[in-house]
Amino acid sequence: MGKTHVKLTVNGREVEGLAEPRTLLIHFLRDELELTGPHIGCDTSHCGACTVDLNGKSIKSCTIFAVQASGAEITTIEGISGADGTLHALQDAFKEHHGLQCGFCTPGMITRAYRLLQDNPNPSEEEIRFGISGNLCRCTGYQNIVKAIQTAARELSAPKEAAE
Amino acid sequence: MNEQTPTPSERAEKLQGLGSSRKRVEDARFTQGKGNYIDDMKLPGMLFGDFVRSIYGHARITSINKEAALALPGVLAVITVEDLKPLKLDYMPTLAGDVQAVLAGDKVLFQGQEVAFVVAEDRYIAADAVELVEVEYQELPALVDPFKAMEPEAPVLREDIKDKTEGAHGPRKNPNHIFTWEAGDAEATETALDQAEVVAKELISYQRCHPCPLETCGCVASMDKVNGKLTVWGTFQAPHAVRTVASLITNIPEHKIRIVSPDIGGGFGNKVGVYPGYICAIVASIVTGAPVKWIEDRIENLSATAFARDYHMKGEIGATRDGKITALRCYAIADHGAFDACADPTKFPAGFFSIFTGSYDIPAAFLSVDGVYTNKAPGGVAYRCSFRVTEASYFIERMIDVLARELNMDPAELRMKNFIKKEQFPYTSATGWEYDSGDYQTAMDKALQAVDYTGLRTEQKANREAFERGETRKLMGVGVAFFTEIVGAGPVKNCDILGLGMFDSCEIRIHPTGSAIARLGTISQGQGHATTFAQILASEIGIAAENITVEEGDTDTAPYGLGTYGSRSTPVAGAAAAMAGRKIRAKAQMIAAYLLEVHDNDLEWEVDRFVVKGAPERFKTMTELAFAAYNQAIPGIEPGLEAVSYYDPPNMTYPFGAYICVVDIDVDTGVTEIRRFYALDDCGTRINPMIIEGQVHGGLTEALAIAMGQEITYDELGNVQGASLLDYFMPTAVETPHWETDSTVTPSPHHPIGAKGVGESPNVGGVSAISNAVNDAFAHLGLKHTAMPHDHWRVWKTAQKLGLTG
Ligand code: FES
Ligand code: FES
Repeated sequence: MGKTHVKLTVNGREVEGLAEPRTLLIHFLRDELELTGPHIGCDTSHCGACTVDLNGKSIKSCTIFAVQASGAEITTIEGISGADGTLHALQDAFKEHHGLQCGFCTPGMITRAYRLLQDNPNPSEEEIRFGISGNLCRCTGYQNIVKAIQTAARELSAPKEAAE
Repeated sequence: MNEQTPTPSERAEKLQGLGSSRKRVEDARFTQGKGNYIDDMKLPGMLFGDFVRSIYGHARITSINKEAALALPGVLAVITVEDLKPLKLDYMPTLAGDVQAVLAGDKVLFQGQEVAFVVAEDRYIAADAVELVEVEYQELPALVDPFKAMEPEAPVLREDIKDKTEGAHGPRKNPNHIFTWEAGDAEATETALDQAEVVAKELISYQRCHPCPLETCGCVASMDKVNGKLTVWGTFQAPHAVRTVASLITNIPEHKIRIVSPDIGGGFGNKVGVYPGYICAIVASIVTGAPVKWIEDRIENLSATAFARDYHMKGEIGATRDGKITALRCYAIADHGAFDACADPTKFPAGFFSIFTGSYDIPAAFLSVDGVYTNKAPGGVAYRCSFRVTEASYFIERMIDVLARELNMDPAELRMKNFIKKEQFPYTSATGWEYDSGDYQTAMDKALQAVDYTGLRTEQKANREAFERGETRKLMGVGVAFFTEIVGAGPVKNCDILGLGMFDSCEIRIHPTGSAIARLGTISQGQGHATTFAQILASEIGIAAENITVEEGDTDTAPYGLGTYGSRSTPVAGAAAAMAGRKIRAKAQMIAAYLLEVHDNDLEWEVDRFVVKGAPERFKTMTELAFAAYNQAIPGIEPGLEAVSYYDPPNMTYPFGAYICVVDIDVDTGVTEIRRFYALDDCGTRINPMIIEGQVHGGLTEALAIAMGQEITYDELGNVQGASLLDYFMPTAVETPHWETDSTVTPSPHHPIGAKGVGESPNVGGVSAISNAVNDAFAHLGLKHTAMPHDHWRVWKTAQKLGLTG
């Protein structure tokens, strides 16, 4: 099948590659760009393991073609920590509160939470639970994930409040 | 010593040993997307395999035409049974003493069965080629209902063994019969039931469900033709057993096979078995000379790799009128699907189901299980539980509630009246299990108090009255469950898998500068072994956990072990770690005695050092001793500091717990909300409380999934229904309630550190507690038992049958 030229910005870097029109974004990210952080957990857009950030929105990258993402700005789990390697507050909080076990859902979960906290910096427990309901976790029972996101939210808004 | 010297307790804390809620070492890579799961692997020239699968539940294959598929550019091979036969790989042995078709021969026996394996340059081309393989079928009547399997007019499924009257577990009564397995005393139970003042009877069904880990199964097989070595990376919960099986069936010598389990995205029993995909990837790599990757998709995972449960249990429980249980009997039909691929120890075709007397002192008990074939996927694995213990525990916990209704007695009170008492341990059950330790009453008292059980019952009474008066449309239910697990298989004398004794192992090397590497025969799938095994060792050898690397999963480097399932890692491999640590310490003691010029017996161990008795200023730390082991010639002692331990547990361990669940049911919609869930677990010595709590949350959430919705059903033609996440219930953060956890600690007397294992208890106890709560909500209206899963529709149906809906 003929391939199309795809150019996008991933984790702040301009990248390009060839993709068939039917190539899913998740396969393009994982197989072409070797960003294997986002995972594949289903075939029906239910699990959210493939979640990435596309133009400021959480999307399930198994449900969009790579060519559709042409020109977009994408952030994957690999781009969540600082350029100098410092971990994002969410990454610290997931470890601190045992918000992961097998780790398979974790990249999608953190990427989703990252967007959630930008849209709603002080979410209630209910808002967090609803906000991550597109991401399944089979191991943790979510309780510690919720705790981790709450902690990160506090952490992220604290310096700002102090400055105000 | 001066004031600057840290005290023993300060030093102990630094070690982060037993009891420390040490943060996990695994998390750094997982939170940054740097895990290494099977589908992340990429090898030069790697090809992709994909299956052509049966569209029918039961059919004869009349022809397979690969021409069109082979003509597609990028397709390298299409493997069918004809290619496997000359290699004698058309069938593979299952863990249960049966054989399973790797690729279907004359017949397909379940929908989704593997028919042909396509190998192509990328996964898209492979998927295209799957569509191009033309398979012609002649449909046959399907056998779906396990109760009909042994009827004379039932279609014969397994033509390959239809004349075999002797199976792996004794005589077969019928072509669709696999085994009959009995335990207990039939006669004594019969008599006791005859004489009982009250007998309650019920059919308790535990539906077919699936472990559904978030990562599906898969592998990469690579045959290096130059040195004749086969390497297979894959989602294996038991890598060493896979190596042995692979060697036995391929005839490649075992030292020429390397099996590696990379990071595993959850297993819950699904990744114990050997699947046709692994064998086909190996064959494809041998045929093409290139590495071959096979990754199943979710629908394939749910419809073809190992399911769980599917037990249908007819129970009778006898008691005196005042509630003393005198007898228990169960006759169960076990639906094993098309091949018997249960993952049970060889001598236990029904797993440890005979632990069905639960936590109660029941003098007479008998059970008989018939395993049968049906046109469904093979499996029967322990979905986050020990072999068939969840089924057993659910059975007894529902039967107790059914009996409580019959006796008009409170279910908590009935349980307490029949508990095995603290002073009865070690306790031998009517079916022969020796329970190691327990204090059930204390656990139950603590649980009842924590939730204010009496208050809940008072509230429930008021709720029922208000419902009567038409003031509310909601009914409140309180579910009480008490479980005893049996984990840590197991003593080699009676537990083996394919003849391999179920011991486990640990090998430790102390480096000259006082850090260490430990390798074990198990494999983590999220349990955090790299964290907790280092903690066990830290306490044993006095080296800080952060300075101990734990490695598992590579058969070239790790010592032989039977893997991780049935909560066996802590009871068995954890014990091996402790024992290996003790060997290290024994040698270190001899070195210390030499260096301090005292007799061995004049030394005592203190946290991280040997100290001369009565002279606390004279000591050698483990770090010093490690260095000495490598740089000093010590008469009579070999250089180096290493140890290996293979641990064969003297008995299983018996964790237990008391769970209480409160639900509110809207009778008009069937919507069932879990208002409160309290879980008290006693898993003996607690290695890492943070990880234990996480395991409990996860296990409870899987219990919720099973009790409230997970079910793999088949229609009468054998079409699998709902084998995708569209239909198969996976609770999100919204449906999952807040879990309250609690504990008591009753150490195992025979385990070196007293630990019992915990990962699976919450699933065992959780399902019963939730199901009991739903049943309890309707109990006052005369409901005896309603079957799982309690999804909204079924709950609504129950309400409707009781005449509650408008
Ligand atoms: S892979 Fe499951 S939602 Fe994308
Ligand atoms: S940590 Fe395993 S799926 Fe979430």
